[in-house]
Parts: sequence; C-alpha cells; structure tokens
Amino acid sequence: MLPLLAQVKITDRNGAGQNCVQQDGFCPGWIKDHIGDYVDPLVRHLELTVVSVVAGFLIAFALAMLAHRRRWLVAPITGATGVMYTIPSLALFGILLPITGFGFVTGCIALTAYNLLVIFRNIMAGLDNVPEAAKDAATGMGMTPNQVLRQVELPLAIPEIVAGVRVATTTTVGLAALAFIAGAGGLGEPLIVNQNFKSNVVTVGVLCVLLAAVLDLLLLLAERLALPWRRVAR
Amino acid sequence: MDPDTAQAEGPSANRQAATLELRNIVKRYPGSDEPAIADLSLEVAAGEICVLVGPSGCGKTTAMRLVNRMIEPTSGDILVNGASIIDRKPSELRREIGYAIQQIGLFPHQTIAENIATVPALLGWDKRRIAERVDELMDLIGLEKAMAKRYPGQLSGGQRQRVGVARALAADPPLMLMDEPFGAIDPINRERLQNEFLRLQGEIRKTIVFVTHDIDEAIKMGDRIAILRKGGVLAQYATPAELLMAPADEFVEDFVGADRALKRLALQRVRDIDLWEAPTVRVGDPVSEARARAAATPIGHALLVDEDNRPVSWLGDGDLIGERVVHHAGGLTKVELDDVLRDALADLLQGKVMYGVVTDHGGRVAGVLSVEVISGFLNHQVAGRIDQAPAPAERLA
Ligand SMILES: Nc1ncnc2c1ncn2[C@@H]1O[C@H](COP(=O)(O)OP(=O)(O)OP(=O)(O)O)[C@@H](O)[C@H]1O
Ligand SMILES: [Mg+2]
Repeated sequence: MLPLLAQVKITDRNGAGQNCVQQDGFCPGWIKDHIGDYVDPLVRHLELTVVSVVAGFLIAFALAMLAHRRRWLVAPITGATGVMYTIPSLALFGILLPITGFGFVTGCIALTAYNLLVIFRNIMAGLDNVPEAAKDAATGMGMTPNQVLRQVELPLAIPEIVAGVRVATTTTVGLAALAFIAGAGGLGEPLIVNQNFKSNVVTVGVLCVLLAAVLDLLLLLAERLALPWRRVAR
Repeated sequence: MDPDTAQAEGPSANRQAATLELRNIVKRYPGSDEPAIADLSLEVAAGEICVLVGPSGCGKTTAMRLVNRMIEPTSGDILVNGASIIDRKPSELRREIGYAIQQIGLFPHQTIAENIATVPALLGWDKRRIAERVDELMDLIGLEKAMAKRYPGQLSGGQRQRVGVARALAADPPLMLMDEPFGAIDPINRERLQNEFLRLQGEIRKTIVFVTHDIDEAIKMGDRIAILRKGGVLAQYATPAELLMAPADEFVEDFVGADRALKRLALQRVRDIDLWEAPTVRVGDPVSEARARAAATPIGHALLVDEDNRPVSWLGDGDLIGERVVHHAGGLTKVELDDVLRDALADLLQGKVMYGVVTDHGGRVAGVLSVEVISGFLNHQVAGRIDQAPAPAERLA
C-alpha cells in the first residue's frame, strides 16, 4: 500500500531556497510558499479528530451509564475497550478495510475505538469520586436516582470526564497521522510522501502539535467557563 | 402539600409539627447475625426534640434513617402523624422530612442559594417563592445575603453546618432528622450552633430526631432523650432532668457519667434560680445607709453602681468611711442572667470569689449569685424543681 501512496503527490520542489530544498534541509522560505498545501490535510486531520472524539465520548458515555447501575458490567467493558486500545492500528485497519472500505469512515472507526477506554475509565472514576455525603444528602432530601445522577453525580464528575476527553483528543491528533493508511487522509499523508525532506517533516510536526495544543486549550477553557465552582478556593 | 395553598401562606408559613412513632422495629443487616435494632418502640410528641444517644454502633443512625426510608426495616412499622410510611413513595416522603447529616453533604458545584433551594426546587416551587424562602433562611441562620452566591468551598466549617441546617429546613418540613449535625466542628463553634439552633427551634417548633453520641449535647438539646444500648435496645427514654435524677440502671448511670450532679447545672440558667438582692449603693449616698444595706445580706459588702445601675465595685468595711459614699474602682466577677449555672459556677471559681454580680442584657445589676446558692441547688431543694426544667428552646429564650 505504501509505495502506491507515495506516488499520490510528487512534492513540488521548485521555489525559494533551491539549494536548501535539494539538500532536504529546513527551508523557511519553502515552507512559507507551500504552507497552503497543508491546509486541506490539516482540516481533514481536525475532522478526523473531532468526529472520533465526539463519537468515542458518546459511546463511552452510554457504556458508563449502563455500567453505573450495573457494576458487574465495568470489568467486561474495561476489558473489551482495553483490547481495542492495544490492537496495533495497522491490524485494526486490516480488519476494517474489507468491511467498511478505504476512506474517512474507516479511519474514524479505528480512532473512535482507541478513545473508548480512556474516556470510559474517566467517566467511571469521576462518578466514583463523587463524595458519598453529597449523594446521601441528595437521596435523603428526596431526589430520585435519576435526579441524583443528573443533578449531583454527573456535574461533579465533569472535571474528570473533561480530563479524559482531553487525553483522548491529544492522543487522537497523534494517532490520526496514521489514518491515511486507511485512506482517511490527514496530516500523515504529506508526511509520508516525503519523509526525508526536513521542511516537510517539521511543518507536519508543528501543525500536529499546534492542533493538539489548540484543541486542548479550547477544552480547558470550556471547562473553566462551565464550572465556576472549580475556580473558587477550596 | 399542595404548593398553591402553601404559597398563599407565604414562603415560611409554619406547618404543624408532626408526631412520630416507631413500633416494634427490627432491623437486621444482610450478612450479620446480630440485629442492628432488636425491637425498638418509641414515640415522639409534636414539636419536641428527641435525642438518640448511645455508644458507637448501638444503632442510632440506623434508627434515624428508618424514618425517611433511607433504610428499610426488617419488620415493624413507622407512623408519621399516625399514618404508616411503609407504603409511601420514598422520594416523596423524604421531601417532607428535613435531613441533615454530620458530613453535611453540601453540593460543591452549587451556590449556597441553590443548595438551600434543593427541596423547594424538587417540589416545584416557583422562582420567586424559592428566592424569598432562601433570603429568609439566610437571615434565620445569620449569613449575609452576599454569601448566597458563594460556593460551599468558600465557607468556613461552621457556616457550612448552618447552610446544611437551612437546607434541611427549606421546605418547612414538619419533621426533621439530624445525625450529629454539629459533630464536625470545634467545641466553641459547636456551642454557638447549638444555642442558635435551640433559639431557632423556639420559633419553629419542629419535631426533631437528633442523633449524637455526646451525652452533654443530648442533655442540652433534648426535650426527651432515648439512651440506646447495643442492638438498639432502649435503656431509658426520659427528659434530661429525669435521666440525671433517676437513671434507670447501671448502664444509663455509667453513660450519663459520674458527674451527673454537675451536669444538672447545665440544665438551668442563672435566671431560673432565686438570686439574692444586690445591696446597691451610689456615689453620694449616706455611708450609714450603705453600711446598713451591706449588713442586711450575708455578703457583708455593698455594691457600688453607676447611674445606669451597672456594677462598679464591691465596697468593704474599709471603703465605707466618712459621710458619703465616694467613687471606687475595684474588681468584681460578673455573670449573666442567660449563663447556665455550670458556666456561672466556673466563673466564680475562676475569680476565686464567693459572690458574682448578675447582670442583664444591658449590663445592669439583676442580683447576686453565690456559691452557696448553687450548692444549695445541687443538694436538695432542686429535686422537686428540676422536673420543671424548661424545654431546651425556652432555656435560651
Ligand atoms: N449498611 C450496613 N451494613 C451492615 N451493617 C451495618 C450497616 N450500617 C450499620 N451497620 C451495623 O449496624 C450497627 C448499628 O450501626 P449504626 O450506624 O446505626 O450505629 P450508630 O449508633 O449510628 O454508631 P455511631 O455512633 O458510630 O455513628 C453497627 O453494628 C453497624 O456495624
Ligand atoms: Mg451514627
């Protein structure tokens, strides 16, 4: 598959700093001229990340709600999502390709599968760490189990849930660099096409790090805004 | 419980306090041979504080939590206002019963106002009525309005306890359950909260089941005290005075403590006993008159007061010379009408004096308290009187 992909795009090496480019060096001028070529892969990378984190969150959340009242489900769910987490991505793509085909969807499914474990575990930890006294008071004052969940347990679990989503997001930005193997595009594609060209490698690397940092910062900011009680001295 | 009628009565309309009855309650926790409660029957009159007290693990918390169905009894019945609660829907029953626990369990993610509004919100009160009620309760527990927007993490331990009590009172429940509500704070603040709560109870007159393991707190807070022993067995159910005067058996006697005679002093305020009249004199009074007054009391001293009848100094033989009484500066030990006898006695002993000047709220002389009066109270005359010891809430009135 790889040689085939490598032919997808022949990097245009004309332009500023001819010499630098011919030596596969780090050429700011070249980067400035070609940065536009990276926009589409970057956007695709962002889409891959957002879609698989959101999907991963929704599935993990549903699993956590099931397991919250049925504790015996925790072990099997952790086990199953743990297995998904450890399958090498190449193997997972290999399994998925015959079923879902080459493309965005396959990439998303694989990345989503990787997210489940960390998000599920954090939701469960967040719910488990809600102070017993708060739950007892809530029940004792007449909240139904659903009201306790919605009004007390989930709000108090948010910090740990967000922490899980942040780890998942950062990890996914990194893993999504492999999604091109499944034909899902992303920043891995320009990277693999010219792995020896420092300017290319650095550009992709910096964009990945920036993307991860920006998404992480956004999540942090959203958490701060949504949880005023976390800002007060405790 | 129709919100509309309650609305017409205003946000704080005091509902009738409820009666409570436990009938032959047995509670066996799964997996343990001994029942936590073997066979407990108990009646609490409307508007009374019933304190459950006893050694750790005797079943106090279990007994209390049966009342709002946080724990289901193995057998037996519980009646609130004469009606069994066993077939009530737990969440609905609990909204009618105030609930405060030692760990408080405030919701850290909600403001103080939101915390207090928990039960009214569950009952579907409208916004305005909830806001009014929260205001009123903040007032009642002595927290500034500005605190309403804060989070529990920003309050001191004592303030959190107060909020916990306010939250339990929010929907004006006719019955309250309180499990060591002042257990987690330092003795000074605890004393203050107890006094505040008794004062509050003087106004609201709820029926209250109050759990503690501290016999002193029980004596202070209880209209009636249920002393439990292991297995939830009722050792004695009596007023604090009865308990101190006539412990039912050795267990109760031990639990109440060897100093139960002294504990009786905590049941009475200075204002409750007969004080001596103070031999007061003012600057400019004839000395002969002052001497006559001093001689008329066992004290042998006259008490110099200012124009507002506030005590200034004792005047002894050596001070009463010449024609007219002149100004003197001197020390004297003061106690207040509202002090409990125990504290007043401690003050006298501390000051190494036989007599203390009793003052009222304005600092004016109300009489003289002597160590003799207190020991007389301890010795005899009291046996008949102590049964009439006022209810806890009245002791503070
Ligand atoms: N959930 C439970 N499961 C099993 N046993 C329990 C449970 N809760 C309480 N017990 C047992 O029942 C007995 C009474 O407990 P309870 O909590 O009512 O005591 P308590 O008088 O409130 O004690 P403390 O003063 O320590 O709070 C104890 O022996 C305790 O170990
Ligand atoms: Mg207890």
